[in-house]
Amino acid sequence: MADLSVNFAGLKSPNPFWLASGPPANTGGQVMRAFDAGWGGAVWKTIGEPIVNTTSRYGAIDYNGVKVMGFNNIELISDRPIEDNLREISEVKKRYPKHLVIASLMVESKRESWHEMVRRTEDAGSDALELNFGCPHGMSERGMGAAVGQVPEYTEMITSWVKEAARTPVIVKLTPNVSDIARIAAAAEKGGADAVSLINTINSLMGVDLDTFAPRPVVAGKSSHGGYCGPAVKPIALHLVASVAKKVRIPISGIGGIGYWNDAAEHIALGATTVQVCTAVMHYGFRIVEDMIDGLSQYMDDHGFRSIEDFRGRAVPNVVDWGDLDLNYKIIAEIHPELCIGCQLCYVACEDGAHQCISPYTAAGNGKKNVNGMGVHVPRIIEEECVGCNLCALVCPVENCITMKEVKTGLPAMSWNDRTRQRAADPGCALPPTPGAD
Amino acid sequence: MPLRQTAPKLSPEQYEANFADIAPPLTRQQAAVEAARCLYCFDAPCTQACPTHIDVPTFIKKIWTGNLRGSARVILEANILGHSCGRVCPTEVLCEGACVMHEKGEQAIAIGRLQRYAVDDVLDKDIRMFHAGAPNGKRVACIGSGPASLACAAEVAKWGYAVTIFDRHDLAGGLNTYGIAAYKTRAPDSLREVELVRQLGVEIRQKTEIGRDISFAELEKQFDAVFIGVGLGETWGLEIPGDNLHGVYGAMEFIEQTKVKPFHHLEVGQRVACIGAGNTAIDVVTAARRLGAETVYLIYRRSEREMPAFKYEYDLAKKDGVIFLWQTQPIRVLARDGAVTGLECLRTRLGEPDARGRRSPVPIAGTEFTVEADMVVRAVGQRPVTEFLRPVPGIELRKDGTVVIHERQQTGNPKYFAGGDCVNGGKEVVDAVAEGMAAARGLDAWLGSPRAKG
Repeated sequence: MADLSVNFAGLKSPNPFWLASGPPANTGGQVMRAFDAGWGGAVWKTIGEPIVNTTSRYGAIDYNGVKVMGFNNIELISDRPIEDNLREISEVKKRYPKHLVIASLMVESKRESWHEMVRRTEDAGSDALELNFGCPHGMSERGMGAAVGQVPEYTEMITSWVKEAARTPVIVKLTPNVSDIARIAAAAEKGGADAVSLINTINSLMGVDLDTFAPRPVVAGKSSHGGYCGPAVKPIALHLVASVAKKVRIPISGIGGIGYWNDAAEHIALGATTVQVCTAVMHYGFRIVEDMIDGLSQYMDDHGFRSIEDFRGRAVPNVVDWGDLDLNYKIIAEIHPELCIGCQLCYVACEDGAHQCISPYTAAGNGKKNVNGMGVHVPRIIEEECVGCNLCALVCPVENCITMKEVKTGLPAMSWNDRTRQRAADPGCALPPTPGAD
Repeated sequence: MPLRQTAPKLSPEQYEANFADIAPPLTRQQAAVEAARCLYCFDAPCTQACPTHIDVPTFIKKIWTGNLRGSARVILEANILGHSCGRVCPTEVLCEGACVMHEKGEQAIAIGRLQRYAVDDVLDKDIRMFHAGAPNGKRVACIGSGPASLACAAEVAKWGYAVTIFDRHDLAGGLNTYGIAAYKTRAPDSLREVELVRQLGVEIRQKTEIGRDISFAELEKQFDAVFIGVGLGETWGLEIPGDNLHGVYGAMEFIEQTKVKPFHHLEVGQRVACIGAGNTAIDVVTAARRLGAETVYLIYRRSEREMPAFKYEYDLAKKDGVIFLWQTQPIRVLARDGAVTGLECLRTRLGEPDARGRRSPVPIAGTEFTVEADMVVRAVGQRPVTEFLRPVPGIELRKDGTVVIHERQQTGNPKYFAGGDCVNGGKEVVDAVAEGMAAARGLDAWLGSPRAKG
């Protein structure tokens, strides 16, 4: 049985699954129930001077009948007094000494204020601090949250203030609403951060009511930009986690679109040591962690990974610049006619949306007929035209009906960067052959 | 004279429950979920399978996007009777039968119910979808107001023809109003669709019989072209002794009663024997059971395998607890004191296949037995009501009464076009619509497509 426990910047966590700072980690009662359900740690909903929230606060995007593909919120940090939060942190830590309680903090940008808050929080017994430099709405207009996290110098400076006072590990939470998140991560590392967590939510407007012209989520006919999260943001989060993993040496807590164990495993493969979950818990409750633990253990057992470290970051070296991709690698699409249902979606996608490499009918069909006696129209890949783009396989509604097969070109691996280097060294040289270049 | 024994009356609630809509309208959410399942096939098999070639993926996509009016327009432009077709089409052998989801091992998209959902929206809100074309000076008469005529009339009205429909019944709509099982659609549903056609400026003259109330000479003088869409009429006789006894009904006459009278006014035998095994026979036996008949027999000379009714229809009758007597041939209607008491029948064996490939039944001598029944219903097909066309030179009728047509639905008399059951001998509503529309194109071409000039 795989060992899911991790060491994150010196913190021992029973498993990599933490509640992210947000509504599910708003109170001691919730956090204790989460620990009972199996969560290894919880990043407390951000503590700071109490605020006032709006109603409504959340918005969601459904797609094809699937609820909450994307989610956003305009809720601010904890609306409860600092003392209440700290008292509950103490209580939780007393009852759950082996679980991690991480206090998320947002403080006005003054050195003494940060020192004061760090001291009070650590005195309450929190295991670590997460600096909320990412909240995109409401707080950033007051010079906090993303207002700090979007400027590398501020990030470094405030991190260093916190480190002056902190006795526990300091995690800096990064906002994705920047042009180069790795630069901010490096600034946090330079400021002394023990770890980073990412991503915070993405600036968003969820939509517009086309009768009233009120944007969503609606507050008395108006709305404001909020933070976007949920399943839809995972690809963005994965890209940013990978780019930070390539840049810094401190540990990463991955956040963004994690609802299942495999989402978590992908974050880990791209360098995260722990993962944080909020939206999926808001949708389904704390119980989802059971399958996260179970599924991840099964996966690790199946692959012979004894610990998270055995596969953490394994995919990072495979994330390369486009210029380093092998241009001599060639795949083409292959339709398995016996599985084809005749929907012609691959044909129209390729014909209108890509490279015109599919013919709509195969003379033979696949031998199947519907109740009206009509044969199934099986499209045909025009192999000599196929550029191997994947589009047909992506739109095909039948699993494994269209697969991509490798075509041996017999050519050595060669990237764009290889080509330009060769040309630079010898401008007169002929370009080496590439598939399709004839 | 009363039936020997009638089924006891049910409560009004029970009648309504028994004849409740068999496929109730989808809710908004159900429609959205179902529409989302559609793969939006390109060159879709469902569209190819539809006799009127409704662009199914497009109308379903429009339901998904919330553009219901656009969805209804796609449907109704291809088929003005899109509402009733959505409810009465044997979709399992047409669009839904062709759905690629079958190949995928999933339930076909509920195309019929989605179609009804979209059209209901414009009918319920009384949204006017179509307008008559600018008058082109030509006039078209349609004889009969069933699906074929309505489709033809709507199509040519959009092109600027002045159209008058002549119909001998009290209500317009033909089969859709009078002849479809009440749990599939009710007469008022059909009349709503008739209104769609009337909105195009089509005049409908009820209780008017051509050849009797209006002469053919008069008709030909007033109109530039005539469409014949008179459908089918009376049920064929059984041609056995006792056929004309009280208590022996034709299938269509029986079903018509369920469409135009309150259920509690209908008399149905306690035991009913229906002869025939087509879709109409299924309508009869299910209606009889739902009206309260205790025992209902469906009697067929051949076996279950040769039964012409669709599987869906057969399943309905099975669920309603109908008793099927296969390979049974009635030879005499039995009566006492003038009231039907049953049928004398013979067993049959199946002989050589006939011209249509169905094995012919051969009665077996000495196997006589009696089926007790208070009411007998003939459901052995209907005779086209085309005799009135005899005076028209050039129109040719087949032995079974169907009208012979040539290219573009044109009859032997070039001024007359025909379509629907009176031509095809009895197919689906959607076939009648397709033929009515084909005739519309045919007569328009024959008259030189005058709208092009206007």
